[in-house]
Amino acid sequence: MQPVFPAELGSTGGVGDSSGVATGNVIHLPDAVAVRSAHAPLEDAAEAASAVATGHMHLSGVSVWYGRFRAVRDVSLAIPPQQVMAIIGPSGCGKSTLIRTLNRMHETIPTGRIEGSVALDGRDLYAADVDPVRVRRTIGMVFQRPNPFPTMSIFDNVAAGLRLGGTPAGVRVEDMVEQSLRRSALWDEVKDKLRARATTLSGGQQQRLCIARALAIGPRVLLMDEPCSALDPIATSRIEELIVQLREQVTIVIVTHNLQQAGRISDRTAFLLVDPERAGYLVETGPTTDMFTRPREQLTSDYMSGRFG
Amino acid sequence: MTEALGAAASPLDITRRRDRRTNVDSVVTGLCTLATAGVVIVLGAIILFVLVAGLAGLTVQFLTRETEGYNAGGGLAAILGSLQMVPLALLIAAPLGILGGIYLAEASDGRVANAARFATETIAGLPSVLVGIFVFTILVAPFGQYSGGAGAVALAIIMLPIIARSVEEILRLVPPSVREAALALGIPWWRTVTSVILRTAAAGILTVVMLAVARAAGETAPLLLTTVGGDAVNIGDFQQPMDSLPAFIWFNSGQPDDTLNAQAWAASLVLLVFVLVVNLIVRSRSIGQRAA
Amino acid sequence: MTTSTASLLPPDVSGSSGGRASDRGFRWLLRLVGVGLVALLIGIMAMLLLGSAKTWSTFGLSFLTGMVWDPSNDLYGAFPFIAGTIATSALAMSIAVPVGLLTAIFLSEIAPRRIALPLIFMVELIAAIPSVVIGLWGVGVLSVLLRDVIEVPFVDRFGDVPFFGASAYGSDLLAASLVLALMVTPTIVALTREVFANVPQLERDALVGLGGTRWETIRVVVLPAARSGFIGSCVLALGRAMGETMAVAMVIGNVDQVPSGLFEPAQTISSKVALSWGESTQGLETSSLIALGVVLMAVTVSTVVATRLMIRASRRSGMAA
Repeated sequence: MQPVFPAELGSTGGVGDSSGVATGNVIHLPDAVAVRSAHAPLEDAAEAASAVATGHMHLSGVSVWYGRFRAVRDVSLAIPPQQVMAIIGPSGCGKSTLIRTLNRMHETIPTGRIEGSVALDGRDLYAADVDPVRVRRTIGMVFQRPNPFPTMSIFDNVAAGLRLGGTPAGVRVEDMVEQSLRRSALWDEVKDKLRARATTLSGGQQQRLCIARALAIGPRVLLMDEPCSALDPIATSRIEELIVQLREQVTIVIVTHNLQQAGRISDRTAFLLVDPERAGYLVETGPTTDMFTRPREQLTSDYMSGRFG
Repeated sequence: MTEALGAAASPLDITRRRDRRTNVDSVVTGLCTLATAGVVIVLGAIILFVLVAGLAGLTVQFLTRETEGYNAGGGLAAILGSLQMVPLALLIAAPLGILGGIYLAEASDGRVANAARFATETIAGLPSVLVGIFVFTILVAPFGQYSGGAGAVALAIIMLPIIARSVEEILRLVPPSVREAALALGIPWWRTVTSVILRTAAAGILTVVMLAVARAAGETAPLLLTTVGGDAVNIGDFQQPMDSLPAFIWFNSGQPDDTLNAQAWAASLVLLVFVLVVNLIVRSRSIGQRAA
Repeated sequence: MTTSTASLLPPDVSGSSGGRASDRGFRWLLRLVGVGLVALLIGIMAMLLLGSAKTWSTFGLSFLTGMVWDPSNDLYGAFPFIAGTIATSALAMSIAVPVGLLTAIFLSEIAPRRIALPLIFMVELIAAIPSVVIGLWGVGVLSVLLRDVIEVPFVDRFGDVPFFGASAYGSDLLAASLVLALMVTPTIVALTREVFANVPQLERDALVGLGGTRWETIRVVVLPAARSGFIGSCVLALGRAMGETMAVAMVIGNVDQVPSGLFEPAQTISSKVALSWGESTQGLETSSLIALGVVLMAVTVSTVVATRLMIRASRRSGMAA
């Protein structure tokens, strides 16, 4: 790991990076991101990728409403495939509301609706001919608190989505469950107790189980709404490692109120704030390194340096 | 080292279309809608018939003449009887029920309290005909006389556990801060309960009482066993039998005489309107409370 | 619903200032009422047992299996009524349980709130309609309908089919079962809706996030969580069905025989008691009617106890989960 930023950035008071080294005034990024940021601007790569790649999302002028209250105002955002996009901002700025529009879960709330468009690999997810239920099979979600199905075993939890929709021809459920659990770095811990109740696992393990469950049905995008907020630091760092590994396979959008976490694991960051009418809006977005070291907006650099939060 | 997840390579399948999963969902939705519709339609049928047939029977004769055995009389005795027995039952059951509810809410773990709670639940679940037998054996048989008073007592026994249980639940909802504030002011405990806590819970208790009254007004079986033969108008003499609307309906429903039949429907209409009005009031008050 | 389990007990102050006497007096009053409630239940049970003592001493337990109820010969057997109660209740439950569950699902999970609220009110209203009014509608409308639309054509066409029977007067087992089904369905709907509402949104979200359909969410998340509460509601409904008196009495045909077919008249315990009470003149007959009441009480108390045990069990497993 190489320290990337000058000390002038200031500390945001974290608990240290995943390598266990106290960081003091410096924010470390995983090497992979540091390397990636040296290449061509991501916007171009994203455009070229959208025609072929999977898991490219694009928001245009998205406003999110609860009845007559606008919670999020006019967000336009590009989410390139196979990267980690972190959505940050102080609490109440609409991060969770926004992420739930990506898999059409916001509308399950009685007065929930959106304006604008959300596209996945070029297709508008809110088009009239689109089935929201199918959208959610393509875009998975992990929630703030682990929510394994309490009456089911570990195996059945991971298999739940598969059992509903069926596995590809010739593939056994057992194999897909194992594959998912391996991808979630949980296999070794549970392989001898697959039939045990999911509730017997620790919080961090349950969350990784939920990740395995979501991945099992093969989504293109994985949404994570503050997945570590209910977990202890060790469990948190294991999941952060997992996220960094998973990015090669699936696009990840993660909402987090933890700046260091965003700095540690994300390739791109989007920063939201609340305006005087209590609507969240996008202040700035860009590669994480840029957002942290040379943000364009004053508000962004203020937030990064901890002047408010 | 990294394998792309299988589905990522396959085309984006998000278009609305029918498949096994959506079909099953639709079938279940249809069944549930059907079941609900069936229930509501039957309710509608009942209300409709009672309304139509009841209005036809709501004649002056019904309202002014008393029961005349198998001849076509009227429902005056029945109306007056219900108007006396139900309030008397309320007079007995309400204070006892409220006190009972306070007791159940106060001594939550004592052995006696548990027994009392079990007793309350059980009596509430007893078929009302058994209550009728009980009151018959203690208030009718010893005196050799059916009486409106016995009928009122039977209704009171039916109302009592309903009121007690609901009052207990309501009192449990009163926040402890209310009690603590009153006690901190030096108000004696019994006064705290009666003045302060009951006042906080008054709206809910009123609701409970209204529902209990509506329930008692419609009870038939216990009255059939305790107050038979009140054909003549009886005002105030609880030692003599009194007629009642439910018993009136019961007797006249089986009569071959058309007028009597129509009067049974008329009496049903009166009861139904009463019950409906009470439930509407209760419902609108609880919605108002929730909105507040 | 958050209930405060803090009791209203007065603080443990052993002072001797003024208000304490009234506190003690009030507490004794409350205790009196509490004891009174227990005494009332015991009294009801005692009176039922005492009042039927003559019957039990005359017939013993064979009262329960006796097939004949003949006041003129002083012969009393409860079996036809027990059978009638079981038959009507079982038939009623076979309709009310699925209809109640489907309706609860509709009102809880499918209907938008604006439609659900008035419908919920309507369903609960059924429970508020006096039994005798439903009975009047049953004998005046339902029986006639059953007779003319179903039974007479059926018997004309098929004759005496076993399980259906040959008489077709409308007031029979079928009518009584239908009426009972109507009357206990609101109980199942109301209680089941309550357990549905208690299923945490987070658990539902898990299945929605996996792209499950609405039915799949219900099947995988809601129903398993609601299972014990639903069964409890059914036990309660069964108890009510078995004790229902007036509406049944008006449509069951009132013939003291073991039910022999859907279209045949029959009789239940509670209906028999209500019907024959006024006419019963002498001791053994009255005592036997009260003995029927004892049977009814045994059944009802069992359902209350069973429901309480289920609630306690589900609360314990809920805490463990």
